[in-house]
Amino acid sequence: MTAPLLSVRNLRVEFPNRRARLVAIDDVSFEIGRGEILGLVGESGAGKSVTGAAIMGLLEPPGHMTGGEIRLDGTRIDTMPIDQLRRIRGKRIGMVFQDPLTSLNPVYRIGAQITETMRVHANISEADARARAIALLAEVGIPAPENRIDAYPHELSGGMRQRVVLALVLCTEPELIIADEPTTALDVSVQAQIIALIKALARNRGTSVMLITHDMGVIAEVADRVAVMYAGRIAEIGPVRDVLKAPQHPYARGLMGAIPSLAKKAAGHDGRLTLIPGNMPRLSAIPEGCAFNPRCGEAIDRCRAERPSLLPAATSHVACWRVTS
Amino acid sequence: MKDTPVKALVEVDHLWRRFDVSKPWLNRLIEGAPRQTLTAVADVSFEIIRRETFALVGESGSGKSTVAKIIVGLIAPSAGDVRIDGISMSDPAAAAQRAQLRRRIQMIFQDPFASLNPRWRVARVVAEPLRAFGLMTEQQAIEVRVAELLTLVGLSPEDAVKYPHEFSGGQRQRVAIARALAANPEFIVCDEPTSALDVSVQAQILNLMRDLQDQLGLTYLFISHNLAVVRHMASRIGVLYLGRLVEIATPDELFGNPQHPYTRLLLDAVPDLEMTGRVRAAVEGEIPNPISPPSGCAFHPRCPLAFERCRSERPELAAAGGRMVACHAVAADAR
Ligand SMILES: Nc1ncnc2c1ncn2[C@@H]1O[C@H](COP(=O)(O)OP(=O)(O)OP(=O)(O)O)[C@@H](O)[C@H]1O
Ligand SMILES: Nc1ncnc2c1ncn2[C@@H]1O[C@H](COP(=O)(O)OP(=O)(O)OP(=O)(O)O)[C@@H](O)[C@H]1O
Ligand code: SF4
Ligand SMILES: [Mg+2]
Ligand SMILES: [Mg+2]
Repeated sequence: MTAPLLSVRNLRVEFPNRRARLVAIDDVSFEIGRGEILGLVGESGAGKSVTGAAIMGLLEPPGHMTGGEIRLDGTRIDTMPIDQLRRIRGKRIGMVFQDPLTSLNPVYRIGAQITETMRVHANISEADARARAIALLAEVGIPAPENRIDAYPHELSGGMRQRVVLALVLCTEPELIIADEPTTALDVSVQAQIIALIKALARNRGTSVMLITHDMGVIAEVADRVAVMYAGRIAEIGPVRDVLKAPQHPYARGLMGAIPSLAKKAAGHDGRLTLIPGNMPRLSAIPEGCAFNPRCGEAIDRCRAERPSLLPAATSHVACWRVTS
Repeated sequence: MKDTPVKALVEVDHLWRRFDVSKPWLNRLIEGAPRQTLTAVADVSFEIIRRETFALVGESGSGKSTVAKIIVGLIAPSAGDVRIDGISMSDPAAAAQRAQLRRRIQMIFQDPFASLNPRWRVARVVAEPLRAFGLMTEQQAIEVRVAELLTLVGLSPEDAVKYPHEFSGGQRQRVAIARALAANPEFIVCDEPTSALDVSVQAQILNLMRDLQDQLGLTYLFISHNLAVVRHMASRIGVLYLGRLVEIATPDELFGNPQHPYTRLLLDAVPDLEMTGRVRAAVEGEIPNPISPPSGCAFHPRCPLAFERCRSERPELAAAGGRMVACHAVAADAR
């Protein structure tokens, strides 16, 4: 088997403040293979965006990595000098955010932004860059790209802008795309188009994708594998079918039961959704042992004392004493 | 038992709302730009029966919030009327009756933080409708009522002394619901009440809303772009496209057998848990510019069934197999 494109080992990220060192990511490990789409899900504050930022080397100070390593195609990137990392970030790893306007410069025409980015990373002529930009805009589904290339971001709809961001990210032919809630701000119909596009990229270009979202429906449709995060840790990771249809970790089970589905009415005949009691802990008050134990209906003494490791369970890996011991 | 005819609590009657979106007067003068109007709501009619949850769905900009705001009287219609319990929401002659009606209608918004005054303690936030409508004046009675309301929505009476920022998103939405319930309303308009919340918290709020409906006999107008949530909550659903209703049906009808081509597109576009590995038909096109909507059926440029008539003549919302659909192709099929 070939080495994974991205490997994250024992990642730890802290945000120190005056009172404490808050641990946002605590011993997180996972891999993404070439052409694979990994979904990262979990409630707000679970640490999804911070994980993405750590990989990009874009942690917001005072946040920083205090442990672990991140490798791209076998090479460590977390210890690289900043200028070298910047080149990798711009070329080999691309990032797509929820709000396309954060990635687009409002005062430049979209074509100029794409060709300029291309020419920073590759030695090509202005005319070639423009021709390639038009081809890329066509690939991401912009109608009449030869006219639209000279539009300003504000002249495009939200869905069109997100396509332009994808074109901008693709123009350097990255091997990995980290997409943080790329469809959350979009309409369902436009969302479907962007999802289809991301899927096609992974399939046709062999691009790997880390897709961060809390929309489990999106994950069901695009991801190959999914990681469920809770309080800065991975609770369960495995093939998307297995984790969504037969989740093993009590938190993952609760999360799936809480989601209303289109295909069926809620499971109970009274039509109620299952609930996870309580809320996710603050970083300053993460419980001893399993971080989920105060909300878990199945907790045993060991759960309150000892943190469960992420261990193989059926086709997945699960961090739960009830599942793995 | 004989069926008694049910009288609708809310009657929305040929509602229109246009917005003037022209450039400023000076620009128009210099650039010779014409006046521009955007039709946000076009000839919308429906009824909401007591104790039911009527949902409005549709893409961004389809007019859902505008309909909601007209219904609660936050903005005026350009034409048409809304009657709640028979009382017109715009007729000047009904002003006195309308003042009485206000207490019975409440609204819950998407962002609970924006709708709660950050400098007020929860006790004051929740008691505000009681004071505003002069329902209670005695401080002690108000405190008792606030404690009762906080308990009802799953918070604790001790939370009354806190400020909104001390709560999580889901708890803030509970505070907003407690306030909405303070004056014993009968009808609550909910505009994306859970869209800003996590799935786990969303489940808590949706369950709470259903329990309250059962306990208090509430009627809801429920707006969401999340179709799974709508399926879970609604008794009937209206689908809006560019300000017009294109289909009204029950959830089982709508999700089991959508009729209007736009409804089908919308349903096909929704990613769902049950759909792992689904390969779907590509969705074509985006919602067109509402300032110059297409002729005939506004959906025709995106519609796979469109034929000549669709480009010239607007289809009316008409009964089709127990539901309402506005589509020439569906009408032709039924014939
Ligand atoms: N700049 C920062 N300073 C301090 N704490 C931070 C900072 N950025 C993130 N955190 C904390 O790190 C934790 C993880 O945050 P993160 O943004 O990764 O969550 P998320 O899973 O992406 O949530 P969401 O779904 O809301 O985007 C949170 O508790 C958050 O408060
Ligand atoms: N005050 C206003 N002035 C001008 N145009 C407006 C105004 N309010 C709404 N509109 C326009 O009316 C149309 C309908 O808007 P509305 O907010 O009702 O849509 P919506 O269905 O609620 O969308 P969303 O899902 O994004 O909330 C949109 O095109 C919007 O831009
Ligand atoms: S009326 Fe015609 S254009 Fe409109 S949706 Fe029906 S078939 Fe399509
Ligand atoms: Mg995030
Ligand atoms: Mg709205």
